[in-house]
Order: sequence, then C-alpha cells, then structure tokens
Amino acid sequence: MNSEKKDSRLHENKIKYIYGIADNSLILGQRLGELTGHGPTLETDIALTNISLDLFGQVRSYFQYAAQISEKEVTEDDLAFLRTEREYLNVLLVEQPNTDFAYTIGRQFLFDHFHILLMMHLQNSKDDTLVAIAKKSIKEVNYHKRFSSDWIKRLGDGTEESKEKMQTAINDLWRFTDELFHTTEADEEMIKAGVGVDVKTLKETYYKNVSEVLEEATLEIPDLKYFQKGGKDGIHTEHMGFILSDMQYMQRTYPGMKW
Amino acid sequence: MSEKEIKNLEEIFEAKIARDEKIEPKDWMPEKYRKTHIRQMSQHAHSEIVGMLPEGNWITRAPSLRRKVALLAKVQDEAGHGLYLYSATETLGISRDELYDQLHSGKAKYSSIFNYPTITWADIGAIGWLVDGAAIINQVPLCSTSFGPYARAMVRVCKEESFHQRQGYEIMLTLCKGTPEQKEMAQDALNRWWWPSLMMFGPTDDQSTHTEQSMKWKLKRKTNDELRQQFIDQTVPQADILGIKVPDEDLKWNEETGHYDFGEINWDEFWQVVKGHGPCNKERLQTRVDAWEGGEWVRDAAMAYAEKQADKKVKKAG
Repeated sequence: MNSEKKDSRLHENKIKYIYGIADNSLILGQRLGELTGHGPTLETDIALTNISLDLFGQVRSYFQYAAQISEKEVTEDDLAFLRTEREYLNVLLVEQPNTDFAYTIGRQFLFDHFHILLMMHLQNSKDDTLVAIAKKSIKEVNYHKRFSSDWIKRLGDGTEESKEKMQTAINDLWRFTDELFHTTEADEEMIKAGVGVDVKTLKETYYKNVSEVLEEATLEIPDLKYFQKGGKDGIHTEHMGFILSDMQYMQRTYPGMKW
Repeated sequence: MSEKEIKNLEEIFEAKIARDEKIEPKDWMPEKYRKTHIRQMSQHAHSEIVGMLPEGNWITRAPSLRRKVALLAKVQDEAGHGLYLYSATETLGISRDELYDQLHSGKAKYSSIFNYPTITWADIGAIGWLVDGAAIINQVPLCSTSFGPYARAMVRVCKEESFHQRQGYEIMLTLCKGTPEQKEMAQDALNRWWWPSLMMFGPTDDQSTHTEQSMKWKLKRKTNDELRQQFIDQTVPQADILGIKVPDEDLKWNEETGHYDFGEINWDEFWQVVKGHGPCNKERLQTRVDAWEGGEWVRDAAMAYAEKQADKKVKKAG
C-alpha cells in the first residue's frame, strides 16, 4: 500500500473511531432529552437535563473535530443529523428506552462506569484534540457516575418496590454491557496508532466497580451467558429508527436550511 | 392578641412597606398578605414548571446541536426558576407537596399561555420572543416588590428571562433571513402567538379584581392595560425588523398618544382557556399529574434510603 492510501485509511478510521465515542453521547443525550419536564422530582429533572447538556457539549467537540479532519465539506450538524441508521456506531445500551426511572438510572449507571474509564485512558492518546476533550469530559462524567451510582443505592436499598424495579432494570440492561468492550477494525487500527483506547483492557475494572456499587445497593449481580451486540457495527435495536426519526425530523423535512 | 396590638402591628407593617423596606418571612404580616403571596408566587412557580412542557416538546427535534443545547439549557433554567419560587413560597408556611396538590387538583392556576400547542420549530422562537418578552414586562416590577424572598428570586429570574428572550428573537431572525418557507413558518408562529401573548397581561383594568390591593403591596406597579400597552409598543417595531406582520388590522401608531392603537382582544377565548378549556389544558395538567404520580415510588425510595442511612449513623455513634 502506498503511503497516501495508508494515510487516507488511517484518517477514515479515526473519524469512525470518533463516531464510536461521540454517538454514545449523542444518543444517550437524546434519550435524556425526552425526559425534561417529566422527572419524579424537580431536582432529578434538573440533574438529568444537566447530564444531557454535558453529553451534547461533548458531542459538539467530537463532531467539530471530525468535521475539521474530514476530507468532505461537512459540519457538526451534518454528522449528527444526516447519517443513515447503519452509519451510527453507538452501543445498544444507550439507545434503550426510558421504560421507567429505574431503567433510566440503570442505563446511565452502566454507561457512566464505562465512560469514566474510557475518558481516563483517552487522556493518554497521541491525538491532542482527543486528549483535550477527554480532560474536559472527565469532570462531567465523574459527576454523572456519582449521580447514577447514588440513585442505584437509593433505589436498590430503598423500598421493596424500588428494589424490585431497580433489579429488573439491571437484569434487563446487563445483556448490553459486554458490547462496551468489543473493538471494531477501526478501533484496532487506532489502538495500534496510539490514538485509541483498548477497551478490552477496561472490562475487568468495569465489572469490579459496577459490582461494588450493586452490592452496596443490596442488588444482585446478574449472571448471564448470552449478551447482545451490533451497535458498534451499525446494527441497532428496533428503537434506533424512532430515535432518529425525531432527531432528524427538521433536517430531513427541510434539507439544506440554516437554523 | 388584642385588637389594639394587631392594629399596632399593622401600622408597623404598612409603614415598612411605605418606606420600601422588605417584609421577611419571620416578620409579622396580615393573613391576607400571606395568602395573596402564596397564591401569586405559587402560580408563578407552577407556570415555570408547566411552561417546561411546550418547549420540552421540541428538545428531541431541535434542528441543530447548537439549538438543542440552548433549548435544553433554557428549559432547565425554567425548572430552576420553579425550584426557587417554590422555595420562596415555602417560607410563607406551606409545603411544596401542598402546592403541587393545589396544581394537580386544578385549584391553583398557571399562566394560560402554556395551554397553547407548539406545533412548529418557529413556535420555540415565538415563545422566547413574545412569551418571555411579556413575562419580563410583567416581572421586572416584581424585583422591587415588598416581600423579600420573592423580590430576590425575581432578580435572578429576570436576568435569565432576558437572555431567553434574546435567544428566541434570534431564532426568529434566523428564520426570517432564511428561505421563504422558513419565513412563512415565522409568520405563522407570530399569527398564532400574538393574541395569546397579549392575554398574558390579564383582563382589562375595569375587570381586574386584584389590582388595587396588589398595588399597595407593590406586587404590582402598573396596571394590566399599562403593561399590555408597553409590550405592544416594544414588540411591534421588532416585528418590523423581522419583516413579518402583526396579525391585527386595527394596529396603528397614534401620534397623539405616542402609543400603538390595537384591536379588540377575544376575551371569550381568554376566559375559555382560563377556565380550563384551552387547546392543551387537559394534556398539560395530565402530564404533570403523571410525572408526580409515576415518580411516587422514587421519592418513597429516596426517603426510605435516607432514613436507613440515618439509622446506621446513629448505631455507629452509639
């Protein structure tokens, strides 16, 4: 392979790598955005909106960077709103619905504990922009993790009803956790180039950290043999199309307009 | 307390207000003052919370990342306003749960404007421009109202509202500078939101029941009609800049009075919405009730957990 072609592939892989991280924040932020005004208390409403805001802030940094290094003339909004479903590379976990507050918290908790490890390691990337985004995100994600872990404990060790609901949510969502530690071809290329984080190495710490909180919350740690995957390859759950129908509604209905 | 003592307290209270000093929660106050403030402040808090819904309706569909972030932040600000207005109301000896009960049972009112639907993206611009614009005109005088906690809350609310209003106007400006389709969207939103915005100032002065007393307590500094006129005078030139038309055939500048003359407001519609029969009254209230009832198990869990933690601490200390 000549060096120009190799460069171009590396470039493409970097953009895919960025999607793999940014799409998680995008879709989770979108899910949390559905809840604004509907929280069980005003305080949790404000907190969840805050987390959504943090995530969209991160998305903007990632996509502005991806647009900047892209060989095509694109903007952050083109990347956020104008891809097809198969081109979104978020994990299945973040697209799961807000079935009830326990699911919302469970999804957040299982993602936050992964997210914080990812950001901590991304600080060692050879890519300065990704390092800068990771450093800024760590403070935010630490807060998210504290918020969701505290609620896991409150609901797990609260009333009988809340314990049952929280356990059900964790049991249901657990099957989406293994995918967090899968790597795609693009990921492997980026790991080799010293840009990406090898998420496979985070798995043990993740399950240890998550289990500690669940134990403190007097919840059982699910013991599963079979897990779900696909998001990282753009094969999503049936929820994803509806998320995108909302999210892309304006961009698709009024193509090419400025807002 | 003897009648003479009460009269004495009343005199001290009235003198304080006349000197522009604040009444604080621990100060003596007439029962009517307390009740009137609970009514108005909670109505204001409820309006913030219900007001989150029509705008929240567009969070998932906002047309760009920048607009989505701004809208989320705006709706979050409204939750914040609700939070400190409820807290300020609680200083008058009523709990937040009681205030919610009054909202959910339909006993307490909230601003009727939020009973209109947001059906296009331009409505988000129009709400910021017109509804927040009208709210600011209503609320700025409250920054110097006589009840301390309310006045202080309003200083903060007004600062954020004026930011929201600029944001809304900027959405409208972008639409009006955009394609013909976008400009039409902006005009349509103005057509639908103009009259309900004028109704936000309440009935005409001769129909308003609370004005005189409220003036005395500095809960009001200008009458409904004066504030409405101020809003119209301020807003019409802004519509001119946007290049869209205020939907009022009778609207015209009056050289003599130095104000705009305007057409008759449809008071039947006003009373219909106030009485609970607007386009979204049922939905808005039901959404609040659902959020509250659906969240009961969460609040119970938080309470049970806090009690368990407190017990553990006591045991440890023992």
